Amino acid sequence: MLERRIYLDNAAATRLDERVLEAMEPYFFDTYAVATSEFAYTQGIEAREALDEARGKLTGFLHADPAEFIFTSGSTESSNMVLKGVALALGKKKGKHIIVSKIEDFPVLHSARALESQGFKITYLDVDGEGFVDLDQLRDSISDETILVSIQHANQEIGTIQDIASIGNICHERGVLFHTDATHTFTRVPLDVKKIPVDLITVSAHTIHGPKGIGGLYIRKGTEIAKWMDGGFQEFDLRAGLENVPGAVGFAKAAELVTPAENKRLQAMRDRAIDRILAEIPDTTLNGHRRKRIPHNVNISFHFVEGESITLHLDMHGFAVSTGSACFSRSLQGSHVIYGIGGDHERAHGSIRITLGRYNTMEEVDAVVQTLAEVVQELRKISPLGKKNREEED
Amino acid sequence: MKFPYSETVLEHFRHPRNVGKIDNPDGKSMEGSPACGDMVAVYIKVDPKTNKISDIKFESYGCASNIATGSIITELAKGKTLDEAKKITWKQASDALGGLPKIKAHCSVLAIEGLRSAIVNYEERHGLVKVKTPTTVEVIRKRLKKVMNPISGLDLVRTNLVKDIELKDGSVRVVIDLPAKHQFAPAIKEEVMEKIEPLWDVKEVLIEFTE
Repeated sequence: MLERRIYLDNAAATRLDERVLEAMEPYFFDTYAVATSEFAYTQGIEAREALDEARGKLTGFLHADPAEFIFTSGSTESSNMVLKGVALALGKKKGKHIIVSKIEDFPVLHSARALESQGFKITYLDVDGEGFVDLDQLRDSISDETILVSIQHANQEIGTIQDIASIGNICHERGVLFHTDATHTFTRVPLDVKKIPVDLITVSAHTIHGPKGIGGLYIRKGTEIAKWMDGGFQEFDLRAGLENVPGAVGFAKAAELVTPAENKRLQAMRDRAIDRILAEIPDTTLNGHRRKRIPHNVNISFHFVEGESITLHLDMHGFAVSTGSACFSRSLQGSHVIYGIGGDHERAHGSIRITLGRYNTMEEVDAVVQTLAEVVQELRKISPLGKKNREEED
Repeated sequence: MKFPYSETVLEHFRHPRNVGKIDNPDGKSMEGSPACGDMVAVYIKVDPKTNKISDIKFESYGCASNIATGSIITELAKGKTLDEAKKITWKQASDALGGLPKIKAHCSVLAIEGLRSAIVNYEERHGLVKVKTPTTVEVIRKRLKKVMNPISGLDLVRTNLVKDIELKDGSVRVVIDLPAKHQFAPAIKEEVMEKIEPLWDVKEVLIEFTE
């Protein structure tokens, strides 16, 4: 077996930072009491304080009030709560129309589909070749029946950062709630709720070297959203369930550990990977915008070869990456994001996503580019596609 | 936990046998399409005296199971007569590879199709085939046996997913016994279309789901 394992799939999950674990530990072994037992015993008060402190730190990144943020089990739950909670609160009162983009991640997309089967009307906005939603189409799609617009801050696969300020303005001019899924941007791309008209923001710890199973939802004061998870009165009576205090503490610590310098370093690695691959490997296409993309995302299609074969070969060389190929997906369908930006089957099947994190180095970037070049060349030799192009070059 | 692929599959994936093109082949084929995610091209040379496959090569655009199956069928078919080679089944190829994951059956079955089509291509070119047969419900059913059900790794017909087939004036209607919202519904639909549409006398194909 290989000794060296280089993990380059940080958009899917990240290695926990030791300092996060260290911050969490006391809340497993000492202060494990229920945070809502503050009126009963001291440990409860300590747990409550830890939870509030974590909430305060996290809302600080968004320039929001701590009373506008609830903890959830992660971004899937947050997005489910937004779509279904707003539908419950406003579906009867205001209307049954919701607008999302075609390239949203599955929690938003599949929640929208679930609502569609319950009689809601969903508009799936088109995106252009780089993944940006069409603002005119958004403007034209909003009607008096529209209760929510949900458009991600940045895309999970191709990293394109949407112009959420303009999107938010369009929504607010028409009095429509705006949700953005910031799973892949929180602490990596600034988002200030004082400046950007956004009502709901989904965030998660698993993408920033925090623990899995903890996320959050920013809910602007006055936003109409129904409680969806019933039970106790936790989280301002918006989300029932025992508070995950160690998770919350870990999330806050993880967010604090992300620095502008780190984001700059990730961006330098990203740029190096993109520039080298496009320059050194023929028949490649960058997916997403060259600059308006999150600092840690690289997504490139390698023509004439299939992504699962690339990922498997890379794994044999010790590299972990992801692909938008149908062979790799649970539904046997190619990436809806690549199709969304106008890509054909071949571009989807040959797409490789590299996402960088704190523990990656420039040497690793150079190593994966080198190995990719070799693997793609070998696979092209056995592919029946694209031979003509290459023979002409030879 | 090991890879969902057997050691033999991984070995053939890493070092595929008989890869490439044959110049001036006696028979050739290309199966699959980028839509289903995989393609296989098969080239054969046939010794006209013995009717045996004297040389065989393949090319693959696909995942590990596609490449490995392409590789193993070239080994299985080399030196066999055309009639023997035609009878090689997906099961034989899968067994020779130490088994394939169920969900990957649809990618690997292409190589078997490729081999058979290359032989048919040889027969057509050498005047060994009869006239075009018109499409019947049975012909369609036979074709659907080549579409794999990713849930079980067996074909749609065997797993009773084909609820109904109607054929009228070149228009084909296939009812699949799955909810339209099922995880694999879009993938199955696409593959069924690809299998039925190329039939020479079929004008349109309608796929319906039960819920």
